[in-house]
Amino acid sequence: MSLFNARSAWTIYRQELMRAFRTAMQSILAPVLTTTLYFVVFGAAIGGQMKSGVDGLNYGAFIVPGLLLLTILGESVSNASFGIYMPRFTGAIYELLSAPVGVAETLVGFVGAAATKSLILAAIILATASFFVDYSIAHPVYAFFFVLLVSASFSLFGFILGIWADSFEKLTIVPLLILTPLTFLGGTFYSIDMLPEPWRQVAMANPVVYLVNGLRWTFYGSSDVPIALSLGLTLLFLVLCVGFITWIFKSGWRLRT
Amino acid sequence: MQPILEISGLTKTYAGGFTALKGVDLTINKGEIFALLGPNGAGKTTLIGAVCGMVRPTSGTITAFGEDMGRHWRTLRKRVGLVPQELATDMFEPVLRSVNHSRGLFGLAPNPALVEDILKALSLWEKRGEQIRNLSGGMKRRVLIAKALAHEPELLFLDEPTAGVDVELRRDMWKQIALLRERGTTVILTTHYIEEAEEMADRVGIIRKGEILMVDEKAAMMERLGRTEALISLAQPLAEVPAGIAAFPVTLSEDGRTVVYRGGGGEGASAGTAEVAELTKALTRAGIDYTAIDIHESSLEDIFVNLLEGPDAPSSAPVQETAA
Repeated sequence: MSLFNARSAWTIYRQELMRAFRTAMQSILAPVLTTTLYFVVFGAAIGGQMKSGVDGLNYGAFIVPGLLLLTILGESVSNASFGIYMPRFTGAIYELLSAPVGVAETLVGFVGAAATKSLILAAIILATASFFVDYSIAHPVYAFFFVLLVSASFSLFGFILGIWADSFEKLTIVPLLILTPLTFLGGTFYSIDMLPEPWRQVAMANPVVYLVNGLRWTFYGSSDVPIALSLGLTLLFLVLCVGFITWIFKSGWRLRT
Repeated sequence: MQPILEISGLTKTYAGGFTALKGVDLTINKGEIFALLGPNGAGKTTLIGAVCGMVRPTSGTITAFGEDMGRHWRTLRKRVGLVPQELATDMFEPVLRSVNHSRGLFGLAPNPALVEDILKALSLWEKRGEQIRNLSGGMKRRVLIAKALAHEPELLFLDEPTAGVDVELRRDMWKQIALLRERGTTVILTTHYIEEAEEMADRVGIIRKGEILMVDEKAAMMERLGRTEALISLAQPLAEVPAGIAAFPVTLSEDGRTVVYRGGGGEGASAGTAEVAELTKALTRAGIDYTAIDIHESSLEDIFVNLLEGPDAPSSAPVQETAA
């Protein structure tokens, strides 16, 4: 008996991607527009007045990795949570539950599609950023894998959120009230070293700091925290999410009555 | 007959303490159409959910195609299809893509010819490019049937398949279900329309409060539990039941103008009509003239209502099963 049905996984993956393209205005154009506005306001307008830059970088270039991460986190969580929540909400989840589909196919399908959308968005945002700021990527391969890792991890987190939520309010409450503040306070627009003590130590308790700085390292070769720590924590988060989802499927929590 | 699904001691108690299924035992035979009748909240949908994977049973076993459903779910679910009660699907998807998606979800390679056949049989081919949300209620239900058939299930559950569809569509759907049986698909349907079970089912099961009250062949059930009712309109009113017909199961209407016969139960419909014939002869012998006779047999609905609501509702009646 096969433990993984590639065709089932591909079917879910393709369906989820099609859903994104069907709602391209919301799922692709909106985040690109929002990020572009950040680049215009913070990168070009305000950054233009900051002659000294941050950490030796032009301010516009400095915020590129953080803004990229801001979008990736938000979109990964939002896409994956919405992807599994909607069939639960409409009742269409019956088809998935009655199909010969296990946790592996479901994750590859839903989480893979959400991560793919985030990667596509990341590429579009980077291309858009190049019109407003000069930036470079010191370690493009690492950058790709780091973005992939973050996209997958937060898509997994979004999937858990979509299973936990029993209302649209709960679906949006975590991204709006937890993720966005953590991302804004996680060094997206400033270097953690700019904070006075004890706020610097407080900031180090924010997990997003390690994500932003990990990605910043892949762009500019330097960051406020060691890259190994960033990678390690992100991997740990991914493993925890996979473990939790595996438990969800085994126990049927919020999926099967 | 070869069993295709065997449910034994199936119990489901929800987290809140409500027990929806109480040790259900049920065997479904290959190739039959089985109708599960029961009022709202009887446990029909829970039973289907337990077999199809949406409900986690508290205890009991489910064996499909000779194998344990819990252990071999990956291979067995490929052979089972489900049409849910609710019109639940991605309404923004076009019909054809939605049906193809269902086939892929069950791990099968695309089969355009088969999907075309299914859509044509359900009169959906012309609508294949339409978003499902733009279709009528009846057509949406057909889409759900097409989706369930896309992976060629050998055992198909239809949970209230004709709820909310008009009479014409309902009859059309009955034809489709009959065609499925001809192709060898075993069909288990739940329905509120007794007429539906009467029209299509080979066997009928009646469930109430999580317990199977009775399972039998439809014809045998009607024969065994069916009754004959005859209303004999008298030329002259009577004050009481005459001695000459007192041996028959008759009563007199309040105005004394009608003799009401209710009998034949458990002896088959022919016994009832034969007894009515004897009754009319007895009336003639007693010199009682009558002007009209209205006679009819119990429908499955009468039997269903009597079983569930009658004074002798068998709340703990033994399950009687006749091999099909």
